Amino acid sequence: MLRYIIKRLAYGLLTIWFIATATFFAMHAVPGDPFNSAKAATPQLRENLRARYGLDKPVGEQYLLYLGNMLQGDFGISFTQENRRVNDIIREHFPVSAILGVVALLIASVGGIAGGAVAAYWHNRLPDRLLMMAVVLAISIPSFVIAALAQLLIVQANDLSGRSLLPVAGWGSLSHLWVPALVLGLGTMAYLARLMRSSMLDVMNTDYVLTARAKGLGTWQIFWRHQLRNALLPVVTELGPTIAAITTGGFVVELIFAIPGLGRYFVQAVQQLDYTVIMGTTVFYGAFLVLIVVLVDLLYGVIDPRIRLHGGQR
Amino acid sequence: MAYLPADFDRLPPQAPEAAETLAPSPPLWQLLLQDMRACLAAGVVLLVLVMAFIGPWLWPQDPATQWLSQVSSGPSAARRVDVVSDEFWHGPRQNVSALTALQATTTQVKLAWPDRADAMSYRVYRNAGGVGLGMPLIETVKTHYADRLQLSEQRYRYSVVAVRADGSTSDPEWIEVKPELTLGTFEAQLLGLDVMDGKVSLPSHPLGTDALGRDMLSRILHGAQTSMLVGLSAPLLFITLGAFYGALAGLLGGWVDNVLMRIADFVVALPFLLFMILFRVALGIESGESGLFPMVMAMVLLSWPSAARLVRGQVLQLRESAFVMSARLAGAGNFYLIRRHLLPNVLPLLLVSLSFAIPQAIFTEALLSFIGMGVVPPTPSWGTLCNEGIRSMLTHPHELIIPALAISITVLSFNVLGDALRDAMDVKVRRSLR
Amino acid sequence: MRKCIVATVVICLLFPTFVLAGAVNAQEQRITLSLATEPPSLDTALATDQISSFLLAHLMEGLVQYGPAGELVPAMAERWEVREGGATFWLRKNAVWSDGKPVTAEHFVYAWRRALDPATASQYAFILFPIKNAEAVNRGELPVEKLGVEALGNYRLEVRFDKPCPYFAKLTAFMTFFPARQDVVERWGRAHAADADKMIFNGPFILTRWIHGARLTLTRNPRYWNADAIRLQEIDLPYITTDPGTHYNLYKDNRIALAPLDASTLSDALSKGYETHLFDFGTLYFLEMNFREDRPTRNLALRKAIQSVLNPSLLVYKVLGLPGVKPAYSLFPSSMRAGEGVVFSEHYPPPVVNYDIAQAQRYLAQAKRELGDIPPLTLLVGDSPRAVNEAEFYQYVLKQSLGLETRLDQQTFKQRISKMRRGEFDIAAAGWGPDFDDPITFGDLFASWNENNRGRFADDDYDAAVRQAQRSLDPAVRLKAFDRMQQIISEQVVIIPTYENVGLYVQHPQLMGVRRSIFGGDPNYRYAWVKP
Repeated sequence: MLRYIIKRLAYGLLTIWFIATATFFAMHAVPGDPFNSAKAATPQLRENLRARYGLDKPVGEQYLLYLGNMLQGDFGISFTQENRRVNDIIREHFPVSAILGVVALLIASVGGIAGGAVAAYWHNRLPDRLLMMAVVLAISIPSFVIAALAQLLIVQANDLSGRSLLPVAGWGSLSHLWVPALVLGLGTMAYLARLMRSSMLDVMNTDYVLTARAKGLGTWQIFWRHQLRNALLPVVTELGPTIAAITTGGFVVELIFAIPGLGRYFVQAVQQLDYTVIMGTTVFYGAFLVLIVVLVDLLYGVIDPRIRLHGGQR
Repeated sequence: MAYLPADFDRLPPQAPEAAETLAPSPPLWQLLLQDMRACLAAGVVLLVLVMAFIGPWLWPQDPATQWLSQVSSGPSAARRVDVVSDEFWHGPRQNVSALTALQATTTQVKLAWPDRADAMSYRVYRNAGGVGLGMPLIETVKTHYADRLQLSEQRYRYSVVAVRADGSTSDPEWIEVKPELTLGTFEAQLLGLDVMDGKVSLPSHPLGTDALGRDMLSRILHGAQTSMLVGLSAPLLFITLGAFYGALAGLLGGWVDNVLMRIADFVVALPFLLFMILFRVALGIESGESGLFPMVMAMVLLSWPSAARLVRGQVLQLRESAFVMSARLAGAGNFYLIRRHLLPNVLPLLLVSLSFAIPQAIFTEALLSFIGMGVVPPTPSWGTLCNEGIRSMLTHPHELIIPALAISITVLSFNVLGDALRDAMDVKVRRSLR
Repeated sequence: MRKCIVATVVICLLFPTFVLAGAVNAQEQRITLSLATEPPSLDTALATDQISSFLLAHLMEGLVQYGPAGELVPAMAERWEVREGGATFWLRKNAVWSDGKPVTAEHFVYAWRRALDPATASQYAFILFPIKNAEAVNRGELPVEKLGVEALGNYRLEVRFDKPCPYFAKLTAFMTFFPARQDVVERWGRAHAADADKMIFNGPFILTRWIHGARLTLTRNPRYWNADAIRLQEIDLPYITTDPGTHYNLYKDNRIALAPLDASTLSDALSKGYETHLFDFGTLYFLEMNFREDRPTRNLALRKAIQSVLNPSLLVYKVLGLPGVKPAYSLFPSSMRAGEGVVFSEHYPPPVVNYDIAQAQRYLAQAKRELGDIPPLTLLVGDSPRAVNEAEFYQYVLKQSLGLETRLDQQTFKQRISKMRRGEFDIAAAGWGPDFDDPITFGDLFASWNENNRGRFADDDYDAAVRQAQRSLDPAVRLKAFDRMQQIISEQVVIIPTYENVGLYVQHPQLMGVRRSIFGGDPNYRYAWVKP
């Protein structure tokens, strides 16, 4: 087990190195550099700036410098916000994205699992039909359209009720959180509901459930002890990609609802060609996701004793 | 386990009776035909494809032509309208006794009003059906004004308020005007329309026009072309690429397989949307390009590993399977094995991944175009149409709803088709296992 | 499931809960506003953008500032004198920083030297160039001590010029000229302008909270020399978003007291019966032609052909559709003033262009004779929704009327500027906002030596006119020089002016005394208050 964990982690580190390298070279292929603004930029000024950010060195040296700094956990200084370190930017903005993501994930998992279970329970009856219709709709409308419509709906509701039921945008209180998190989690919720439904249907006809039924256990007991637990397993496997989708997919929601998360910051940084912020954010997200995948792998081993881990042969 | 030399002797020939006892499962398409949803979805998909590629011939309006006098208008029929002068107006020839509209066309609404002794200046407002005075047009010291601001054929109420020296204002004097649709001379000249008896013909717009006066129907049709091009070409490319890659890894095996699959794992670990944006910026768009190529490239670069994994898994499984081993023993060549055993097993799986990859690609295109990282105007795509529509969502919802519906219906159909395909495959697998 | 519930509770506890404040509060004299982006830096030497300028205008104060009618009024300086060879500023003795120390002439000397120091790499260093030796200092050829500015005692500031600069006093209202404290800058280094608790201020407000990317709060500065005139106690900025729709929705929801409008939100605001306001930014938008050797736009006949079909009134009235936006015909915006009370366009109206497709086709035929076939033109534009709309309009008009193919090169702001600088365009859409209140802020743009002359237009007559306007102290001579410039620009089709932009906005009816100003930070809430 320990060997497996170490191997997974070492492999994770290698993956992070790959992400860092890919990011570095992708960024250096971009035409133009960040030292352009509407007002005059004399050649002298540009030289001053390039020297300050080390862009005057050869690419190889820049790359080594960049890797070295990153090993020490230093992503450098933002190009556009000249007095802020990228580390500070991540430290300040990531928690926002994380809170939004976690709440979205909670809403998505609770809603998805409950929805899937309900649909499976009333298989091919009205609740199932309705839920599956909602699911198909939810994954067929682009998230930005849903987000814009949700915002419009809040405005209309506030308009009609004559008071402020929910804030339209912004960040800072619980009431700011629910709608963006719901919109963000909607696609995942639909996906999980589908997955849960089919997994439940599979479980429902297994021998152990039939045995339990034959033993005379109550519906609820069977549901909690046997069906739900086993049906959840395939859902847990999907947790890694799901978290990835939610954390990186958050930027549309963050853009529309004016939430100061890292995703929105990333889009801005791309538009302003803020090299250091782009590289820092990408590597950070990449590392974060690699870690999540490793964790989910290990978690899966813990939950399902059927999976034994020998040295990572998969 | 030890072998004896006798084990390698040729076996006596056997009757081939055991092989054909299983009933052949019906082909995939027959299973699909039995599924109502699938037929419907396939119909819609076909329709979208047909509309995308022959629609522009059926509705030959140029999606680039800007009917500037009809911006953001609802459905309209073909008609003939007057061409009027769009020259700067220097005021009426004689004074008027009350607020008057001397000309009321969508090119110009010429207003004149009597001078007031106590007025320092006048404010002109225009109201198009709201509350209060409406939109402030100008503050002027003159007693006339020609309004030219995006006029359409609807009832306007113009109000003129006199501002006194102390800053106080008079009660508004108002007039209601419904301008008649006309084209200015420069615009008519620009459109190259034939002027006959001072009139020109305008075509119909069954779905209305967008914020630049372009025909929505024709834009949706041309947008479908772009979206379907991205939606089909990227998945086809990356699934083909991935399939070959995976097959190569699986067939070669050993350390090559190990290295190849490690690379695939690395690529899977890249955060997809972040790298889509990053690659899209890195690949850059030179002037005049639509941005389609970098987007498809980025998508291919990031999405191939899933197909590679799928195919490699199948290859490994098949390599170990009894029937391939026996075929190999029977002296079957690689090519025969691939054609006879690998392809029939892998193709349906790839087909299912394709049917789920297409809506994903359409979504990605729309999302990137929405944040301005997608295709470049004037190339229309459903994503850019949505992006444009969201800006006028409050006032002209049709500009958002139509492209959003187009995306949703298409994605929906592909999803349903994918589901049906997968279900059919399950049935096929179950039947063949029976 | 139990874990989920526990996690939810934990999150609720961790998550700070604030009471949602309304747009205005008359009792506490507090207002809530929104920002488009986070200020990149509140360092006066490094700030370049609108948002920083808006915030710094409330937090800091320079030697002089603009009054309600755009006139110069005393600020840190009580009085001043601009001569041919230099200027003197007498500072007020009752001005203190937010930590109680007096504001002295030394603080200006330090700030200006720092802005010009090559190590600071200030992008606005050029605005200090009228000061003696400034360019040499910025190039690193002279030490900063050689800069022509000196503190004579605590309260007198002496400036020497390289050449006469009649508008120097106006320049000192700009943020790069704001004072700075050496002890604070050196103590915190980079962070001195990135966190609320490390900054000090000499303006009417102090920054009491800066949660990056999320919220800024400005509180009235009781130590400000003119604190009695400031009635607002707090300006809270808890929303930061670039989406114009969101700002408007926040306004509708009574969350913010002022929101900008675009074409779509405007019509909704009108249908709701909100009172809408207009503000003239004095910003000119134009198409810039590339005069480099290998470019077809170097050909005058081609430029003339393009000029004769791009009718600004069609763009402004049909495409943009915003009230108050004016079609532009001159390099100088129509409201530009050349001296106290002198509106330039009233003395010298813009040159007349005939918009005539037949004439344009004749020009084009001539261009084709001179150039042969004309390759597709590259039209470099921004990526904002409006910029794209405009670009599609230009593209359509050129194709439809002249059969000219254009390729849109849509780039983010930074990349567009970079490409313009490298000359990778035929026609580029650009905009220019005035930095100070004198037509020369537009006029010297196309002088052959200006770094911002990205089309590389070079004309001796034009250069001579710019030099004359820069050095002469005689208003009549300057007006004539400016007229010469606008004529050359139009005759040579250096740029095609398209429109003068305005800001449309809705403002809370209880919020009074907001000043919109082209210069010195906009909007200005210094003298604002909330009516009960």
